Amino acid sequence: MSGWQRFAEIFLNADVLARYFPAIVSGFFVTLQLAASIVLTGIAAGLAFALMRSAGLRVLNWLIIFVVDLFRALPPLVIIVLIYFGFPAFGVSPSGFVATWSSLSLVLMAFAEEIFWAGITAVPRGQCEAARSTGLGYAQTLAYVVLPQALRITIPPLTNRTIAITKGTALGSVVAVSEILSQASSAVSLSANPSPLLLGAAAYLVLFLPVVVFGRWVETRFAWKR
Amino acid sequence: MPGIVETFFNVEVIAAAWPILWHGLLMTIGLSFLVIPLGLAGGTALALLSTVRHQLLRWPLMAWVDFWRAFPPLVLLILLYAGLPFAGIDLGSFGCVAIGFLLNTSAYYGEVLRAGIESVPAGQTEAARSTGLSALQALRHVVLPQAVRNVLPDLLSNTLEAVKLTSVASVVALPELLFEAREAQSVTYNPSPIVVAALGYFLLLWPLVRLLSRLENRAIAGRR
Repeated sequence: MSGWQRFAEIFLNADVLARYFPAIVSGFFVTLQLAASIVLTGIAAGLAFALMRSAGLRVLNWLIIFVVDLFRALPPLVIIVLIYFGFPAFGVSPSGFVATWSSLSLVLMAFAEEIFWAGITAVPRGQCEAARSTGLGYAQTLAYVVLPQALRITIPPLTNRTIAITKGTALGSVVAVSEILSQASSAVSLSANPSPLLLGAAAYLVLFLPVVVFGRWVETRFAWKR
Repeated sequence: MPGIVETFFNVEVIAAAWPILWHGLLMTIGLSFLVIPLGLAGGTALALLSTVRHQLLRWPLMAWVDFWRAFPPLVLLILLYAGLPFAGIDLGSFGCVAIGFLLNTSAYYGEVLRAGIESVPAGQTEAARSTGLSALQALRHVVLPQAVRNVLPDLLSNTLEAVKLTSVASVVALPELLFEAREAQSVTYNPSPIVVAALGYFLLLWPLVRLLSRLENRAIAGRR
């Protein structure tokens, strides 16, 4: 048997692949669901915090900066483990899904807040003043003048950050979320064959590679015009 | 329900776990000093390769970087740790972490450094070459220093992410801070060691986060 045949026999075993394909597919949808909910809540919360920060209340801003710093400094896996193993002491036992979703949402919130805030401060103050002097209210100025300009420049860094953080859904396997990696790992131990891991790896690429390529396109499309 | 302090900051548990937590923290710092230079070296190599403007090199390089940007590092680690032994290759947890980080982190560093090199105007190289510097000298003394300066916030941000990512090594039984904390937690049935570990990461990385935030704000102010 040639080297390639032996490799294929071990790592791309057709029988094993066929047997565990449904498990990986179900894991794929769990990962997708997890990733989508993280993107929604994380970005919405980040934008909400950035808008609150633009109100310019000193104590509130310190609080926001501290929370953002905290979730930028802590490794996502540490937050997941802390929520999963710590919260039961309060009498609530979050599922692995909830622990992973809330942790990664908090991390994305922190990074998104920074990016949105950077975008808002990048809009020249004169724009705001001009808008207010035409009779627009504070909220109207934000919604019609500041945000449309701010959001445009936040899109490339936000896309990249979002990809990097949603890739962390694989960390859910540590707290028993039945996403791709944990499905693949249990299939490996059941079948004593590593092929499901390669299938799982392929599933991640199917999910994330298009997003990465999209991110590259966005980067050139919305690049800061110097 | 026991008191919050007793549960999350149990002094007895923390005192008992302290030696292994301390050892874990040192391991995390040591691991960072291993993976950051590895990633930087790999990233520099990738960025230098990308300066060779050749179609045959450009596309494979971009595909390589995009591949690692799409691939979760934990999946890579598990693949190396649990998959390779089936081929008779056992790298051990340290070897897996070193190789996994080299592949993952270097792609990110490479992308940042490439952007840095591209941000230096071509005239700089031309001027350097015309004074008699060789291509290599021009790169080393003229282009790279400016490139690194231009993307310093992104380089630091990547470094922060690399240090945070070392916590993933706990999954392949490398005894760093998170691993030791979980060991202590599972023995004592008390989450205090994990709280202490989180505190350790925060104290270790907060200065870097502050510095980054200031650098980023300055970059924005400069653009206005």
